[in-house]
Amino acid sequence: MVKSGTIILNTAARFLMPLQLLFSVFLLLRGHDEPGGGFIAGLVAAGAFTLYLFAFGVSATKEVLRMVDSRDLIGVGLLLGMISVVPAWFMGQPFLTAQWWTIPVIDFKASTPLIFDIGVYFAVLGSVTGMVMTLMEVDKDEP
Amino acid sequence: MIQFVVLMGFVLAALSPMLNHWFGQRTSLVLALFPAGLAAWLALQAPEVIENGSLLLEWQWVPSLGISLTFLLDGLSLLFGLLITVMGACVLVYAGGYLKNHPDLARFHIALVAFMVSMLGLVLADGLLTLFVFWELTSITSYLLIGFNHADINARKSARQGLFVTVAGGLALMAGLVLLGIASGSWSLAEILDQEADLREHALYTPMLICLLLGAFTKSAQFPFHFWLPNAMAAPTPVSAYLHSATMVKAGIYLLARLHPELGGTAMWVGILSVVGATTMLVGAFLAIHHTNIKKLLAYSTIMALGTLTMLLGIGTEYAMTAFVTFLLAHSLYKGALFMVAGILDHETGTKDVTQMGGLRSLMPVTATIALVAALSFAGVPPLLGFIGKELMLESVLGADSFRTLLILFAFLASILTIAVAFIVALRPFYGKRHQTPLEPHEAPFSMLIGPALLAMVSLLLGLIPAVLGADALLTATATAISGQTVEVALSLWYGINVALIMSIVSLGLGFLLFKRWDTVRGKLSVLAPVMRHGPEAGYESIMNGIVHFSEWQTRILQNGYMRNYILVMLITLIALIGNSILLRHSPQFAFDLDVRFHEVVVAGSMVMGALFATISRSRLGAVVSVGIMGFSIALIFILFSAPDLAITQLLVETLTVILLVLVLFRLPRFSNLSTSLERIRDGAVAAMVGILICLLIMTSWSIQQFEPISTYMIENSAPLAYGRNIVNVILVDYRALDTLGEMFVLALAAIGVIAMLKLRHGDERNGESNNTKTTDSSKVAAKEPYDG
Repeated sequence: MVKSGTIILNTAARFLMPLQLLFSVFLLLRGHDEPGGGFIAGLVAAGAFTLYLFAFGVSATKEVLRMVDSRDLIGVGLLLGMISVVPAWFMGQPFLTAQWWTIPVIDFKASTPLIFDIGVYFAVLGSVTGMVMTLMEVDKDEP
Repeated sequence: MIQFVVLMGFVLAALSPMLNHWFGQRTSLVLALFPAGLAAWLALQAPEVIENGSLLLEWQWVPSLGISLTFLLDGLSLLFGLLITVMGACVLVYAGGYLKNHPDLARFHIALVAFMVSMLGLVLADGLLTLFVFWELTSITSYLLIGFNHADINARKSARQGLFVTVAGGLALMAGLVLLGIASGSWSLAEILDQEADLREHALYTPMLICLLLGAFTKSAQFPFHFWLPNAMAAPTPVSAYLHSATMVKAGIYLLARLHPELGGTAMWVGILSVVGATTMLVGAFLAIHHTNIKKLLAYSTIMALGTLTMLLGIGTEYAMTAFVTFLLAHSLYKGALFMVAGILDHETGTKDVTQMGGLRSLMPVTATIALVAALSFAGVPPLLGFIGKELMLESVLGADSFRTLLILFAFLASILTIAVAFIVALRPFYGKRHQTPLEPHEAPFSMLIGPALLAMVSLLLGLIPAVLGADALLTATATAISGQTVEVALSLWYGINVALIMSIVSLGLGFLLFKRWDTVRGKLSVLAPVMRHGPEAGYESIMNGIVHFSEWQTRILQNGYMRNYILVMLITLIALIGNSILLRHSPQFAFDLDVRFHEVVVAGSMVMGALFATISRSRLGAVVSVGIMGFSIALIFILFSAPDLAITQLLVETLTVILLVLVLFRLPRFSNLSTSLERIRDGAVAAMVGILICLLIMTSWSIQQFEPISTYMIENSAPLAYGRNIVNVILVDYRALDTLGEMFVLALAAIGVIAMLKLRHGDERNGESNNTKTTDSSKVAAKEPYDG
């Protein structure tokens, strides 16, 4: 049984979670050039929620997730992964060929690998938080 | 890009609930525009196909793997494509009337449109594997359609039976297609058909043919696999009209016709196809007259027709090819119309039993006329298309090279029975004394009449002016595609007085006699009932039961739920496979350089210590922590050898593993000693062997360098081609994105599996508890509920 509610953990979790999430987005976006990427970023984000989970319990964490079910996150991840496959067809190139576009004003390189990586991020995040939360829920209801 | 349009059909199917929202009851009409448009496109291609023989429409998909979606449009696929789209449009319009106000109309549309697209893909596909994929899709969509009334246990059972039989055949077909691909060295039908080399001489011919025939025979309900088709009548009637008369059951026939130029004509082909076809023809016709259910009557007569088509392909003469294409077209037209008439009768009278109907002609004049025209074509009465088809069929049987007497006998008997069935279906409900029916019958709505009326009219028109089909027209192209050499199809209503005509007239008379005395005959036939129970369906049942018993047995042995057994089996397999390969195929290498640094020794040492402590620790938490130490040491090694991505991943995974283990730890039973010391020695030995083997494997693989490592290419091209400097990430999301996509699905499935199992178990425990403690309370609540609502 995991007990929640020690002051140090609660305070730390409240501050660390947004930081960790921000860090995960940072890891995700720089992943193509520097160490990082969707898988790692997804794990970091899952770690953030797990920490919050340990501090405040399942229902509070669900509130933070704003009613987004982790199973839906898995679905979103898979969908993004599948979507990134398609654009190459319309360019007359073989399936899965990476496509790159530069967004002019902010000079940002958008690409299908990035969409794909975001898909990986959500799939990992959804899978891990889903498993951890279900385990906690089952744990909590035990007498 | 016609491929794209065809595949968009799947999107249309998925969107049909939304269309339902916008168009309500008229959705069927809107959806019917899709097949109608495709039919128009196909019709526009007809002149070119007739002139050139075939069209190849290519669409590259994954060129590096040689996967493309190519459509082969020749006479055969054009005829089938037209049948599928035209019938599809008719059936959709018809279904709009038949299932009017049905709450699940949207679900019906999804499955029906998806089926239509799959079937179209099947007949248009050029690639053997594409053909197989669409083939399986038709099996799955047909399963959904047969089981449409899923609240009915019979419908579910029939759907499952149809699926098992056709998918079992599908497995054989896959093997057959792979053999065909290997034997011919090509995966494209167009190339295979163009080939000079004769596949009939190939060593793989016999196994290939048997596998392909199994696939075709199960799909096309040939004896002894015919039993699923009558059961499939549990489907709504529009489905029966579409799948079980004109399209899906003809997929097997299509495959046989498609491969006939390359594989046909051998003694084996002729023998199997003519005998199985003729048997199916007779069995189907004979079983039909046992039934009074109008849909069963039609289903068995469809089996008869499918048998006839197979037999004609077996005979394989030029005449038989002409007969094949004419009979195929005629049958699709009249059988589709008759099924829709059956649906109208069922819809309007509330019964499917023909003996319960009678005298409906005055109440439903249009339906009666349609039924009469279609049935006359069915019975082979001039001047309808069915007559020409039947004449040609009898003529080809008379000209058969092998099994001539047998085929003539079977064909003659079957045509008598068929004629009786045609009259039973078309005359019995509409003429004679009026019967009391569950519903008060009146004429069907326009939407349900237009489809069958169109099909019946085409039967009549094509019968009157058969020349539009013959010389230099569609059927010539079709017959040419099937036989592999030019066949001039010359159709006419009058071939002069010959044996076939005499047989036709005699069978017509005898058939009418049988129709008149049907009630007596049926009574006498019921004597056969005990014998019938031991038919192929009983065999299917016992095979299915056998499979269930076998899987229960093997689950008890192999899937016993003990983690230690699973791991033991996996590790022993690993030892056997790797050990075999290393010790026998390569000489194991022990060479390694001893240039190790002090810090490396420390890290390696802590790993070994962690592993050792994990095995001897008597505290679970201690074991988890020491496994964690091992994991973090591995991360350290990654850092030392400058692989930051791997190190970060390893650290995170390790952290999460510890968290998950801690969460589960509290739920495990008390730590106790379950293994005997003998078992521990065995486990220890297995573990040690795995360790040693993996060590050997790494050292051996390090010393063997068979080709240039691929990493050089990846490192060189990572920045210029993939615009990324982090090679690990570029590999994951670009070079090997397909693998990653697969892994994402694996991860998602694993997570959903874990979540489902935890929730399920949890739910079980809770239910079990409440059942034990307050059984009486909950049963009272359950009994009360209906009144509360």
